[in-house]
Amino acid sequence: MSTFHPNGLAAAVFSLLSISALILSFVMLASHWIKNHILAFAIQSWVIAFLSAFIGVSGHYPELILIAFLTALLRGTFLPFLLIRLLDQAHLDREFAPLVQPSSSMVLGAALVLLAYTMALHLGPGARIPDPTALMALTTMLAITLIGFLMLVLRTEALSHLLGLLVIENGIFLGSQILMPGMPLLLELVILFDLLIIVVTFGILVRYLKREVGSTDSRVLRRLVG
Amino acid sequence: MLWNLVVILLAVTALASAGCWLTPNARIAEGLNFGAAAIDCTLVVILLARTPARGIETLDGYLLLDPLGLWVMLCTALVYLLASLHAIGYMRGMHEESARLNRFYGLFSAFALALFLAPLQNNPGLFWISIELTTIVSAFLVAFQRAPETIEAAWKYVIIASAGLSLALLGTVLFYWAGTFAAGPSYNMTWARFATLAPAVNPTLILLAFLLVLTGFGTKVGLAPMHTWLPDAHSEAPAPVSALLSGALLNCAMLGVVRYLLVLRQTRVYPLAQTILVAFGALSLLVAALFITRQTLIKRLAAYSSLEHMGIMAIGFGFGAPFGVIGALYQMLNHSLTKSAVFFGAGNAMHAYHSKQIAKIRRVLDYFPMSGALWLAAAVAITGAPPFGLFWGEITLLRGGMASANTWAVAWTGVFLIVIFIGFLKHFRVMYFGREPAEPPDTTLHWTQVAPLALAVGTVLVLGLWWPHPIWVYLSAIARHFEPT
Repeated sequence: MSTFHPNGLAAAVFSLLSISALILSFVMLASHWIKNHILAFAIQSWVIAFLSAFIGVSGHYPELILIAFLTALLRGTFLPFLLIRLLDQAHLDREFAPLVQPSSSMVLGAALVLLAYTMALHLGPGARIPDPTALMALTTMLAITLIGFLMLVLRTEALSHLLGLLVIENGIFLGSQILMPGMPLLLELVILFDLLIIVVTFGILVRYLKREVGSTDSRVLRRLVG
Repeated sequence: MLWNLVVILLAVTALASAGCWLTPNARIAEGLNFGAAAIDCTLVVILLARTPARGIETLDGYLLLDPLGLWVMLCTALVYLLASLHAIGYMRGMHEESARLNRFYGLFSAFALALFLAPLQNNPGLFWISIELTTIVSAFLVAFQRAPETIEAAWKYVIIASAGLSLALLGTVLFYWAGTFAAGPSYNMTWARFATLAPAVNPTLILLAFLLVLTGFGTKVGLAPMHTWLPDAHSEAPAPVSALLSGALLNCAMLGVVRYLLVLRQTRVYPLAQTILVAFGALSLLVAALFITRQTLIKRLAAYSSLEHMGIMAIGFGFGAPFGVIGALYQMLNHSLTKSAVFFGAGNAMHAYHSKQIAKIRRVLDYFPMSGALWLAAAVAITGAPPFGLFWGEITLLRGGMASANTWAVAWTGVFLIVIFIGFLKHFRVMYFGREPAEPPDTTLHWTQVAPLALAVGTVLVLGLWWPHPIWVYLSAIARHFEPT
């Protein structure tokens, strides 16, 4: 058996959780209040933690329960806490000048979901269409990743860029949990801590930015060209 | 025995880094850093001579010592040694940073440690992590001077490199998933395992995964159009850091691309993957040529030249075995040495003339007969002119291209090499033979700011006049792994 094939009830729970994670990334696209983004990211991380725990129990992968616990602790609680602290230090609460209106970015996001679905259709083993669970996992993984990139492109605040990156990694993490629950534990642990290091690095750079440049809007960062 | 040497190498670098953080004395820190660099360089040369051609694994297959990885480590070790020497005089000249110099050396050796770790990784996931680690450490080195521009450069670097690397992670995950169809849900992921599993999988999936990995690591390599962080980070970092970024970091990222190319070797999409790599390289050459010709800032000029050379290496690896690969690897070593010399000279000139602008740097040879001559030689060498090593790298690689499926790229590369030769040296003509500068430069140079220039230029001159036979044999053995089956 190559991938993990869940029965009816388990498949339904997977779908529910993955789709909620996908919808949460739309919440982030639609709102220009950064606090909302962080909140949505925290909930998304908890959803992924539940998903990991559920796969761990139903598929008998005990190490996934540890991963679920760490995901909830680090991504769901500690990272949002750090981000909110950064937000308070930087004294900003929203994107002041969005490049694209929320409604338009939602439409773009929807188009990306369709693109992700089309891509996922072509990725099954031996050129066949993958089974429904794998198809859904691939679609949500690619869609959340693409939406993360959309956030990177459309947003101008430094913190929103960071959130975009975190959403991309959430998407990859979600997909990899369903598609390959047997992925080496070491790797998943290292990726979790890697995220933490990135956020801390960003925190330090945001402090420098605020002190030296006086703003964290990326459109101010235009001295280096050519 | 060999693994003991690797442990010593990593331990020495780690201890030097820790020592630099702990000591408040900058003189001790620069000594520690330089000592570690000298030991590392010796150890890598011993390893290179002793390691068997098939490579060896240890720690349950987590670490790999193979000729390809060691070649990248050799480039890192040489650049680290030269840059540590140059840093002594150069960083002492930055008086406003003198209180934080020990931290600079702490970060500098930590960066070198991360660069040594990456080529040793046998697990593609851990390789990804080690590349991510190099981004984080080097971002702080780029931002070391804390001016608005340097922070802007570091910021862009972290955002763009992390976004790129997240694509590489997605690609890695898809490769692992592709493997589960043949090997079951849990298996040890190593480069060799990926390569044996790849031929059985849906080619569309493998190709998509490769494209993601190529875009991801290609961002770190600085392949166009993902190169936008590179000129900023290279030009804003202190000169020794620029040398390490350009001469060591880009190679490590390129190793990631090459290792994945090798994973695809037995699949049907291998020729297509090679062509895609050649196309990325060709685009990088075009972008580099355009920006080199119109450049006004000295270190950005050198940075775009890195873009050019990474593009040429990508084209070489895309041309394939044997000459394309041998040429690309020889190019890698010579580029690391020559580009370090160019950055050292640029750093010295920036300090002397108090400006980053080419227009402000005038009559270098009148004021700096010795280091000016060496810098000019390095500039001629970096354009690929004989009698320097890069010439042989490029000729060999183009010779490989004539026999490959992508002969168009040979003509393309030839044209842009000439454009870049003219465009690059035009700036040096202005700096060397223009009018007198408005105010005379500060001509104090510490000997450590000149010695690494002489060492690097001397070595590439020797490598240009004489391609040592053992190196040819060594590189041919690596190239054999690239032959399609």
